[in-house]
Amino acid sequence: MDIGFLAQYVLSGIMLGVVYAMVAVGFTLYFGVLDVINFSHGDVLTAGAFVSLATYLGLRATGIDSPVVVLTIMLAVALATMALLGVLIAKFFVLPLRHAPPFITLLITLMIGIAIRESIRLFYPSGSNPQSFPQLLPKTAYHWGNLIVRQDTLILIVTGLVVIALVNLFINRTRAGLAIRAVAQDGETAKVMGINFEWVVLLAFALGSALAALAGVMNGLYYNEVNFGTGLMLGIIGFCAAVVGGLGNIYGAILGGFLFAFLQTIVVVAVPSLTAYKDVFAFGVIILLMVIKPTGMIGEVSSERV
Amino acid sequence: MFSTDKSPGALPAVLGVMAIAVFAMVLLRIHDQWGLLALGVIAGIALLLAVRTGAAAHFERAFAAHERLMNGVVVVAFLGVIAVLAKQDFSLLILSTVLLYCVACMGLSVQLGYCGVMNFAGAAFFGAGAYTAAVVGGHTGLPHLLVVVAGGIVAGLLGSVLLLPVLRTRGHYAALITVAFGILFRSFLEVNNTLGGPQGLTVPGMSIFGWSLNKGLAIGGITLSFYVNYALVTLALAIVVYVVTRRLERSWVGMHFDAVRIDELAASTFGLNVQGLKIMAFVIGNVFAGMAGAVFAMMTGFISPTDFDFPTSLVLIAIIMLGGIGNLWGILPAAAFVLILPEKLQFIQEYRFLLYAGAVILVLLYRPAGLFPRRLRRHFPAKAVSRT
Repeated sequence: MDIGFLAQYVLSGIMLGVVYAMVAVGFTLYFGVLDVINFSHGDVLTAGAFVSLATYLGLRATGIDSPVVVLTIMLAVALATMALLGVLIAKFFVLPLRHAPPFITLLITLMIGIAIRESIRLFYPSGSNPQSFPQLLPKTAYHWGNLIVRQDTLILIVTGLVVIALVNLFINRTRAGLAIRAVAQDGETAKVMGINFEWVVLLAFALGSALAALAGVMNGLYYNEVNFGTGLMLGIIGFCAAVVGGLGNIYGAILGGFLFAFLQTIVVVAVPSLTAYKDVFAFGVIILLMVIKPTGMIGEVSSERV
Repeated sequence: MFSTDKSPGALPAVLGVMAIAVFAMVLLRIHDQWGLLALGVIAGIALLLAVRTGAAAHFERAFAAHERLMNGVVVVAFLGVIAVLAKQDFSLLILSTVLLYCVACMGLSVQLGYCGVMNFAGAAFFGAGAYTAAVVGGHTGLPHLLVVVAGGIVAGLLGSVLLLPVLRTRGHYAALITVAFGILFRSFLEVNNTLGGPQGLTVPGMSIFGWSLNKGLAIGGITLSFYVNYALVTLALAIVVYVVTRRLERSWVGMHFDAVRIDELAASTFGLNVQGLKIMAFVIGNVFAGMAGAVFAMMTGFISPTDFDFPTSLVLIAIIMLGGIGNLWGILPAAAFVLILPEKLQFIQEYRFLLYAGAVILVLLYRPAGLFPRRLRRHFPAKAVSRT
């Protein structure tokens, strides 16, 4: 196969991987601090994309059209509202059920996800149809043989990688990050040490949801389209990525995200006739991996306390 | 009767079932939106009164005390409803669908309610049965009753593929397996052209011993809706599955299931074969879902991947959640609520998923064990009541 084509696939694979990893980091953050799966995460992503789209339409109506200004405001609004939404979900639905069986939390967040998704479908103007997302990034393309690289793709990939690196720094190098890690390791002890448990949990949810919003906007900018179901699949993939990587481990989530993108891409590259089966293959391999490593690739070392 | 004053007579339970049956008949018959609203208000007030005056609790006690009799009464009530609706195609279709969802949910109850095995791919196993019915029923001469069994077997076998991952993982990791499988199944159906792809497949109607269910019965010059036949068949299936599930629950296997659910580690230290029990629960549940799916396919005559996607799995979970996890009788009102309401109230049809989600969130927040939680096991139901 031509090296240019191969590079093209690698590039689109990296793009997918960046988005998956960002979603997966959210799942892993939630799991870290509270040992819960927040299934509404994917739909928070969709909501973020739709909020930024609405902001864009609003700004266009007021006549502002410098792409940089528009994009900055869009991101600010989307990230802030989704961080708030994340905090609300944590405060009113997840924290009150902290002592309930994990199944209950899983179910309630699933239902919140449906509620968000259906609200977008029903209440966003013609929300059941795909909405076109504006092209705000420069589309200049560079050609190297068969490889075509568009500027917007590069910008998105770099942004994604930088954001993931920043989150990593935040978790590992700041006091707030230290608090999150402390709560993740042992909530009770963290409390005894004077860490405000609830505040840390809300911070983690705000951070994760803002990341989801960013991923939603990036996804919209890349495909120039969003629909109410965008987040369902991305959420499930992000969940798979986080679990396969090893829940509660941020490197695991990143690894899992790129692994999933790799699995989807490898089918398209290696067996083009089976392109349609790429999701079947990817999910199949994920299930298989879970058999081999039941607690993920970078698994949490856990022994049951009796 | 030899009932003492402590042991309630069967009468309140019989009256209660009759009242519910009459309510179901009226509900399924009227289409006028204002009439439905009025019916809803009346039902709400009646329910509130029943709970406030203690009639509901009395009904429940009487029901439990005369279980055998009441099982019969419920069947008779169902037959009565079917007879009244005998010419109404749509109402009978809804009734049969409710019964089939009940069957699938009883399967989920065995898995989740008894043994604590998570399954977020209920719709996939339901779909496996449905597609089996389409392929086997459409291309072979296998008698259709066996096709239903085949649907169950295929769903069970398909579930066996997941046994190893489900057994090796726990908690959230196990949930992932079934979620991933549900998505995988749907996505496979969408792209597989042999199975009709996104367009789906048509399924031949059911016929039992040469009697085609797609022909309406003619009794005394009146031709009944052919859905009467399907309603009877689904009722029969529901009865069989109910009896099996109840027997299972009350056997030592059911006790072992409970032990595994409540504390896996403790169960294994007492020498229970935890893995074996989980396998048993998982396979039995999937077989039930598959059988329901097979009948569903033959009844509707057409299936497509969208019938068996992830939200449908969540609807199944929502039903057992609303009914009270592990409570078999809770499934029926929950399934009726979840399935009939949107069909009847057209203006909420659009909003149905939003409403399910809202309802389940409220139930989870305020009654985490479901609306009708499963009672603690009483080893000798009838005697326990008369002795105390």
